[in-house]
Amino acid sequence: MTRRLIIHRAGPGVTLQDLGRPGWLAQGLSRGGAADRVALAEGAALLEQPVERAALEMAGAGGEFEAGEDMRIALTGAPMRASVDGAQLAWNASHLLPAGARLSIGAAQGGNYGYLHVGGGFATEVMLGARAVQNAAGLGAPLRAGDELPVGADDGARTGMTLDAENRFGGGAVRIIESFQSRLFDEAERERLEATELTRDARGNRMGVRLEPDGEGFHASGGRSVLSEVIMPGDIQITGDGTPFVLMSECQTTGGYPRIGTVLPCDLPRVAQAPAGARLRFRFVTLDEAVEAERKARDARAGLTRNLRPLVRDPHRMPDLLSYQLISGVTAGDDLA
Amino acid sequence: MTEDRPHTAAFPAIVTAGVDGMLVRFADRLSEPANRAALAFRAAVEAAGWDGVEETSSSLVSAYLRFDPLHVGHETLRARLTELLEARDWYETDLPEGRRFWRIPAVFGVDLAPQLGDAAKAAGMTEAEAITSLTSARVRVQTIGFAPGQPYLGELPEAWDIPRQSALTTRIPEGALGLAIRQMVLFSVATPTGWQHVGQTAIRLFQPEAETPFLVRPGDEVQFHEVGADALEQMREDPMGGAESEPIP
Repeated sequence: MTRRLIIHRAGPGVTLQDLGRPGWLAQGLSRGGAADRVALAEGAALLEQPVERAALEMAGAGGEFEAGEDMRIALTGAPMRASVDGAQLAWNASHLLPAGARLSIGAAQGGNYGYLHVGGGFATEVMLGARAVQNAAGLGAPLRAGDELPVGADDGARTGMTLDAENRFGGGAVRIIESFQSRLFDEAERERLEATELTRDARGNRMGVRLEPDGEGFHASGGRSVLSEVIMPGDIQITGDGTPFVLMSECQTTGGYPRIGTVLPCDLPRVAQAPAGARLRFRFVTLDEAVEAERKARDARAGLTRNLRPLVRDPHRMPDLLSYQLISGVTAGDDLA
Repeated sequence: MTEDRPHTAAFPAIVTAGVDGMLVRFADRLSEPANRAALAFRAAVEAAGWDGVEETSSSLVSAYLRFDPLHVGHETLRARLTELLEARDWYETDLPEGRRFWRIPAVFGVDLAPQLGDAAKAAGMTEAEAITSLTSARVRVQTIGFAPGQPYLGELPEAWDIPRQSALTTRIPEGALGLAIRQMVLFSVATPTGWQHVGQTAIRLFQPEAETPFLVRPGDEVQFHEVGADALEQMREDPMGGAESEPIP
């Protein structure tokens, strides 16, 4: 009986993530952390524990997991098909994962990154101030079959709770703000960016996401080379061929491509979660509007706990209820492709 | 954009960098005084420990702050930065204390660093002349960036003002020495790059488990010396890759 999660099978992009490690930017190490920080907040609210606790981030698909002892779990982010011993589990909800039961999490049904949270959080060794894996920097590695993760003590008890997650899993409108290189692009080019539909390219990961514009690419006027300058997640880099590339949580810390704008931090999860083929559109907002948007987003995160409600025992939603399925003994067991 | 005038009225300049960042620029092109100013100003911001500032860094000629705009407003932070900027002439500051001089063994050319020939040709030298030039240059760490612990080294003699490649090299290995525009980059991770691969070292610049995870710091100085491929292979067993350092008095 140990407090751990055993990984029997894992998709290629399952990594431990938290809020990342600020403070190393000057040493060339970006903050990193979860691609969708809202999902971390939702998981923390569902389990009524601090947002700093580390969770499993599952890119595209999950895997098969087993708890060493009874454990509370929560599922957030990109909805994925999940079941325990064949009984389906509701997404955006907390559940009890009994010791020895098999938790199966399949492919994302919208969005990219799903999250598996555990009561007490994962208690792996802290590396440079955080548990987040930063693959590009060689800090930790994606999980593989046979790995076991220690889980911290859980001081909560409640499960069977749900909340309404903001739908950020299918692209849409993304607010951006001018940054210090935006004026390298003339006004017509900036206006054209707002008017252009962009398609999320299949080439995208925790470092950056490529967006294919409808029509021509974008070009800085004069095409002068810019001095390599600090990069932050959300920056929209225009690469040599004119394609916008949004830098994500695990991006490099400096870069020489000009940046036409920066995605608001509160809208970055929408970019991270836009699946390949999803349509996105950028809209410039003023600094004041941006600050106000961040304030609203912070208040919404802080209010998640107030919006918790029990999973309803609606007969139409019975398959969602772990407790019901365990009692009834009904198992499907066929939802793993 | 100005050309060769880092000290004009346009600089230093405070500009916003997204909703939660501010950048203090000391020039729009690399110069020694602007580089020193960026390093010293960033250190001063760190030392000030302002409420709401979450992270700082410096790049070649600017200092960056990330802050919580819901905790400290843009105007407040801008006023603080302006006051700090006016406190002294940052272009006249000294380099950071505790600098080190590194001697790093490297293989030049052959299959380990296949672009030495191209780079030498672009600089108007033979390969032998190029190696002599690159091993006699004592270069300084101008900034750390892109990847963990990765130094940008300069400035090389004028002959090395050669462009980056237009087409990217798909993968340059960890420890590679890249060259362009009178600078060298000592790569801390394998990555695609446009820098010309002229040398290969065995140094691991980022050692997450070590007491000092990041080996070199801005202001440190570096000189490379040539070794053979066999010698380098043996040095790979040592995370320092045969590099030695001593304090700069």
